[in-house]
Amino acid sequence: MVTTLPDARHARHIAEQVPDPELPMLTLADLGVLRDVEVTEDGTVVASLTPTYSGCPAMAEMRADVAARLRDAGYQRVEIRTVLNPPWTSDWITPAGRRKLAQYGIAPPGPAPRGGPVPLVLSPTRHMVSCPRCGSTDTEETSRFAATSCKALRRCRACREPFEHVKEI
Amino acid sequence: MSDDHVYLTLAEGHEDDTRWAYGTGFEDPLHGVDTTVPEGIDTGRLAADCVALADDALVSAQRLAEWITRAPELEEEVALANIGLDLLGQARLLYSRAGQADGTGRDEDAYAYFRDAGDFRNVRLAELPNGDFAFSIVRLLVLSSCRVAHFHRLTSHTDPVLAAIAAKGVKELTYHRQYAAEWAVRLGDGTEESHRRMRRAMDQVAPYLGELFTTYDVRDEVVADLRQVTEAAGLPMPVYRPLPGAGRDGEHTEHLAPLLAELQGVARAHPEATW
Repeated sequence: MVTTLPDARHARHIAEQVPDPELPMLTLADLGVLRDVEVTEDGTVVASLTPTYSGCPAMAEMRADVAARLRDAGYQRVEIRTVLNPPWTSDWITPAGRRKLAQYGIAPPGPAPRGGPVPLVLSPTRHMVSCPRCGSTDTEETSRFAATSCKALRRCRACREPFEHVKEI
Repeated sequence: MSDDHVYLTLAEGHEDDTRWAYGTGFEDPLHGVDTTVPEGIDTGRLAADCVALADDALVSAQRLAEWITRAPELEEEVALANIGLDLLGQARLLYSRAGQADGTGRDEDAYAYFRDAGDFRNVRLAELPNGDFAFSIVRLLVLSSCRVAHFHRLTSHTDPVLAAIAAKGVKELTYHRQYAAEWAVRLGDGTEESHRRMRRAMDQVAPYLGELFTTYDVRDEVVADLRQVTEAAGLPMPVYRPLPGAGRDGEHTEHLAPLLAELQGVARAHPEATW
């Protein structure tokens, strides 16, 4: 009997297509949550995921979804690892992911604050966030927290539409 | 799975899943993480530190959740719930780490649901009743300012798992502190009534600052944040005197036991159940 190791590239391709449970227009690869897919010497496909937020309730769903997709694709030995370090940053959302967010009416994040402690700044910060519908930059934050941890609520002053914005973190 | 509606997509992906409400029996949040404790670490101390930080977060999360259906505006309710969710996530990771470090293998449910008030190690400020919105905001400001400073130190901890939990937490806590600080300024510099309430809230929080500073070595950072906020809000700096006792030694106010009774009631009534 001839045994061949699973094809890591194909396994990666399968894992990359898994949609995010809360932002299903994005794949886990678009979101930067899928950190790595490799095949070990004994033929196990190991997919590494990182949580977006500590309290992200979708983490268990993501693990289950990736494992199920890989098994459906014929990989029998699948292991999901969680990578905590380095922590997820919105900078890892891919250019394709940002385009998809905007198409679905969610403003993608700007550059995340650089590492280290962020001092408390009370002066109004000028976040240039464009309205995903009309493109105007005349938008304001209505709430820093929205339906999921990773988003804020904003409103466009030009077209009057409310919209969500993936926060920089 | 091409549906763009979150609910439908979830329903489609989990149509055989009868579990739509979640309370216990979660998958270990550190599942799939390399949880080896490096040699040379004082594991008892590591476990105790993780439990204390988790207790602060769990008790705070429970208080924040009490605001749901009671907050002044829907946006604030969503914000407070989100902040609570972040803290709950931090608590889950920290409890799991504690159980690995002390060798008991206890899971997060064992820590959260099956310890009594005297076993909890949270600072007392976290367990005080919510009071009005002003009190909750001042407390959130102080606790998140303290926690962001402490977590920043922990990012260089010799335990890589605790360091990683802290590195993630710092980002979240920065948002929490910002939220509380902006509300504190808005209310302190707002109407006569909101200003009065904020002064009262500062006075109510002040006695617990001493305990916070003996528990965590973060006095300079918290005082700097408070100074910035009080100056912008036109509020006096809180004056604090030491208050006997410490939550870190299991000495709590009379408010912790009723909070835990609500938090733990179902899990204790049905100890083998998962839901």
